[in-house]
Amino acid sequence: MTAMIFDSFVPNLSPAGKMGLVVLALLAAASGSVAVLRRIQPEKDYSEFSTRVWSWWVMAGIFLAVLAPGHKTALVFFAFLSFWALKEYLTLLKTRPADHRALVLSFLALPAQYYLIAIGWYGMFIIFIPVYVFLCLPVVLALSRETRGFVASASQIQWGLMAFVFGLSHLGFLLVFPLNEGSGVDGRSMLFFLVFVVEMSDVLQYLWGKSIGRRPVLPAVSPNKTWEGLIGGVTCATLLGLSVRFLTPFSAIETAGVSLLITLAGFFGGAVMSAVKRDFGVKDFGSLIPGHGGVIDRLDSLCYAAPVFFHYVRYFHN
Amino acid sequence: MTRSTSALRPAEGASAVLLSRPAISARMRLRDLAQILFFALLVRPLMAIFIGRRAPGRQWLPGAGPFVLLANHSSHLDTVSLLSLFPLWRLREIRPVAAADYFERNRLVAWFSHTFFNILPIARSRITPENNPIQLMLAQLRAGKSLIIYPEGTRGSGEEIGPFRPGIAHLLEQMPRLPVIPVYLVNHGRCLPKGEWFPVPFLCEIRIGPPQVFSGGNRREILKRLRSAILSLKNADN
Repeated sequence: MTAMIFDSFVPNLSPAGKMGLVVLALLAAASGSVAVLRRIQPEKDYSEFSTRVWSWWVMAGIFLAVLAPGHKTALVFFAFLSFWALKEYLTLLKTRPADHRALVLSFLALPAQYYLIAIGWYGMFIIFIPVYVFLCLPVVLALSRETRGFVASASQIQWGLMAFVFGLSHLGFLLVFPLNEGSGVDGRSMLFFLVFVVEMSDVLQYLWGKSIGRRPVLPAVSPNKTWEGLIGGVTCATLLGLSVRFLTPFSAIETAGVSLLITLAGFFGGAVMSAVKRDFGVKDFGSLIPGHGGVIDRLDSLCYAAPVFFHYVRYFHN
Repeated sequence: MTRSTSALRPAEGASAVLLSRPAISARMRLRDLAQILFFALLVRPLMAIFIGRRAPGRQWLPGAGPFVLLANHSSHLDTVSLLSLFPLWRLREIRPVAAADYFERNRLVAWFSHTFFNILPIARSRITPENNPIQLMLAQLRAGKSLIIYPEGTRGSGEEIGPFRPGIAHLLEQMPRLPVIPVYLVNHGRCLPKGEWFPVPFLCEIRIGPPQVFSGGNRREILKRLRSAILSLKNADN
């Protein structure tokens, strides 16, 4: 239906271009509602809401700007996001002085992983961190000759690499992934679909949870994630996913199924990162994004949704 | 008062600096330019994008010298990070006090330390009236320059703050109204610990406290107060 609206107004726009317009319209609507709420309820404090919306403008602006020129700029940007997420995680980790060289290795593995994406070498992209880095990291740790805390360091560093480098880098591989010919969409529009549905699911779960949320799903991990928020958010995000089906080669039923799959994966990603924060004893991973926290606080859902979505597409649409 | 150096020396030291200035001013300007380019093109972008350093309490940095930045020390990154707090045109006013036996250990290291960091080399042993560190520092302060001093005297592990050397208290005895700005450097030692040459980009922070101004008090009290000012910055987040 959205596609029909577009065809009547701007007929020759690419799917990604249409999506850019959808995003801008949504942001304008969000800013509009901040203004309206402030007008009708001037006694209430909407500063957090307003900060969040402003941050969304900036994030969406950067996202659209790096995706416009082509794959290379987008890959550099995703590498930077991975880099910052890994930084945030490792900074909160209790590392030992003996871990120094293993950490240097982790930060060298990051550009290597994104280079493998840039040259489109799928076979190496998919085993580099789970196999080769996994084997090398403990060797480097062993060479430091400090055995106390060895297993903890090896596992914690590897976990960070898996979540924030390997997991997130699937966003990048979507861009260069060759889809079925004749599907009429490219990797960029698939990436758009994934990021849009997952991020909207986050926003909608937050809004539903804030307004009617009562029963927490995982009270010990994250009291803010409620059943009301989860069901309301996932349902609305799935409907939103259907409305941007023009980005994908999926049928209507498949679009709904995939949207459900990635929003649930995103929910569990958020829950896992909340558990990590609980363990570290912090509220946010960082403070780079005003109103949102650190980069991981914004990308937690995508760390899980990106690999799930990518492998679904690779299995069924290659 | 059992200090070996008399209070008469500072005037001599200051005039020596003033006299030696015109002769080397052209080279000095080239050096300033080299330092400005080094910080503008390399250090500042790296601190912002690679390290991601934040500096809460920036408002406490004085707009003009002389003052002393007093910081904990665990990494070569410390001086790089502290100098990048200042606008480029003020870099030449700030002199990190550095151990001559380490930072002038060979010609390459000495050239690098002087050109890009404008260090004030001081002797750690065999002190003579000519190389007395206190007099050298006083001369700089009286000429309007500011100093970065690591009162622990050397790089530590990054976890504990070591005992303070008395130098800063000697300076305050000679210049009682000298503002001392306590600074705590977070995670710098994790990024680039002693003995390592490749940094790991942990998120870093410089916590700057309000300037400490002393009116009298003995050396031990001064050192104690300065140490607790830095410790309270260290404990500010827990």
